[in-house]
Amino acid sequence: MITLIARRLAGLIITLLLVSALIFAVMDFLPGDPASVILGTSASADTLAALRQDMGLDQPLVLRYAAWLGGVLQGDLGQSYTYGVPVAGLIAERLAVTIPLAFIAVLLSIVIAIPLGVQAARHQNGLMDVVAGLFSHVSIAVPAFWVGLLLIILFSTVLGWMPAGGFPGWGSGFWAAFQALLLPAVALALPQAGVLTRVTRSAVLEVMNEDFVRTARSKGLSENTALWRHAVPNALIPVVTMLGLQFTFLIAGAVLVENVFNLPGVGRLAFQALAQRDVVVMQDVVLFFAALVIVMNFLVDLAYLIIDPRLRAGVR
Amino acid sequence: MSSVLRRPTFLIGLVITLFLVSVAIVSLFWTPLSPSKMQIVHKLKAPLEYGLLGTDQFGRDVASMLMVGAWNSLSTSLLAVAIGATLGTAVGVYVAAMRGFTETVVMRACDIIFAVPPILSAMLLGAFIGSGRFTAIIAIAVFMVPVFARLTLGAANQIWTRDYVTAAIGMGRNRAKITFTHILPNISNQIIVQVTIQLGLAILTEAGLSFLGLGMPPPAPTWGRMLSDAQTFLGPAPWLALLPGLAIAIAVMGLNMLGDGLRDLLDPRDQT
Repeated sequence: MITLIARRLAGLIITLLLVSALIFAVMDFLPGDPASVILGTSASADTLAALRQDMGLDQPLVLRYAAWLGGVLQGDLGQSYTYGVPVAGLIAERLAVTIPLAFIAVLLSIVIAIPLGVQAARHQNGLMDVVAGLFSHVSIAVPAFWVGLLLIILFSTVLGWMPAGGFPGWGSGFWAAFQALLLPAVALALPQAGVLTRVTRSAVLEVMNEDFVRTARSKGLSENTALWRHAVPNALIPVVTMLGLQFTFLIAGAVLVENVFNLPGVGRLAFQALAQRDVVVMQDVVLFFAALVIVMNFLVDLAYLIIDPRLRAGVR
Repeated sequence: MSSVLRRPTFLIGLVITLFLVSVAIVSLFWTPLSPSKMQIVHKLKAPLEYGLLGTDQFGRDVASMLMVGAWNSLSTSLLAVAIGATLGTAVGVYVAAMRGFTETVVMRACDIIFAVPPILSAMLLGAFIGSGRFTAIIAIAVFMVPVFARLTLGAANQIWTRDYVTAAIGMGRNRAKITFTHILPNISNQIIVQVTIQLGLAILTEAGLSFLGLGMPPPAPTWGRMLSDAQTFLGPAPWLALLPGLAIAIAVMGLNMLGDGLRDLLDPRDQT
């Protein structure tokens, strides 16, 4: 088990290094260097040269990468040119919005999808199955940012129950902040819930035909107990995998939804950085999100090892 | 034929997709009004009050914009998926023929590419080469490569273990020839199904990119930018936010249903 985790951890570190090198190389390969992007086309050659030197762009790629990587390992992601502050601090500040948003969204999607998927499997081809099928077909197809707009129309414009956007900050009280995140989280959760419902349904269907569930039933357990105590826990593995795989889409959704609701999260930071051509921030945010996806997948892999004892025994 | 008729998912998906494609093609020759024609006197008119689906803040005909949007969205997505599927399949079958260290390296590379959502790579590309259709296509296509590489590798690996492939190896056929005569024809169904499903995802991503201003530049109407423009008029003109979103949802749902239906039809073994 320890060797297995160590091996995965080594893989994780290599992947993280490679992804950072790749993004660094792509940024270098693209036409126009960060200095000219920041200064625009009207800058004089002297100003450009000065900024290039200031940013260390006159150094060879490998040296720049090494210097940057050294900085990252010490928590230094460089300086934002528009905000004039360290990027690490900017991202950390914005995470106070993005992490709770993603967390509430994942929680919501699980709360919706698992009961719905389980009931759909239990009443296969019944009404519940049709409802769940319809729900997942529709929710997978709707863009999260559109759901956000619809929620704003309904709950802010028509009913006036919820704020249409913005974030008061956690300092203004938990409820106010939570309320500001609720609609965006619902918008973000819906497409995820559709995918999870589908996976839960087919996983439970598969497990329900296994011998151990039949044994549970035959020793006199009620259908519900057999389902929830024996079938569902064993069906969770593909559900957890799907949660991990969906993480990329969750992040993409968050970038859009944060922009719809004007939330000062990391996604909105990336968008503002793009508008202001703040390439250092752009690069760091992309790297940060990519690293997050990779670490998430690593954690899912670990969860796999914990949930499924068969994987612990054999070396994969 | 009877097996086709017994699958409502496939039929509904097919009808929606055909409708979408027809609307997109028709928009190249005809739209009720020019989608860029501004009539300020008729601005923000509700559906049926002026034109079939009303007008936007500049008095442009929403129905015409949606029609042209269908073409823009579909053609961008189709190009992106075509590039991604071709490259991804090439990588997948190549790796399946090579196995060993190549497989480890390529699959690791796929993990890395898959870790960057297309929205973010489009933003990164947009910062340097400017946003536009080209950026959107590249960003979506790059994300599709690992999807198809993984799929074809898995499928091709299975075919490589079949007896007829072993026989072909025994007869001295080289790996390239086997890939073209045995592997590709046997995994083509799975690729077709995946193309259909990924097209839906590409439409969603393209809409997201356009929404952020990273898609086709104005005045070309796209569903995503129509939604972005509608944000300012959620109160007075909610239909501006409803209709393009509905178009995206219906298009994606149609393609997903078609993909699911095709999978059932083409691969009867996998019907869970």
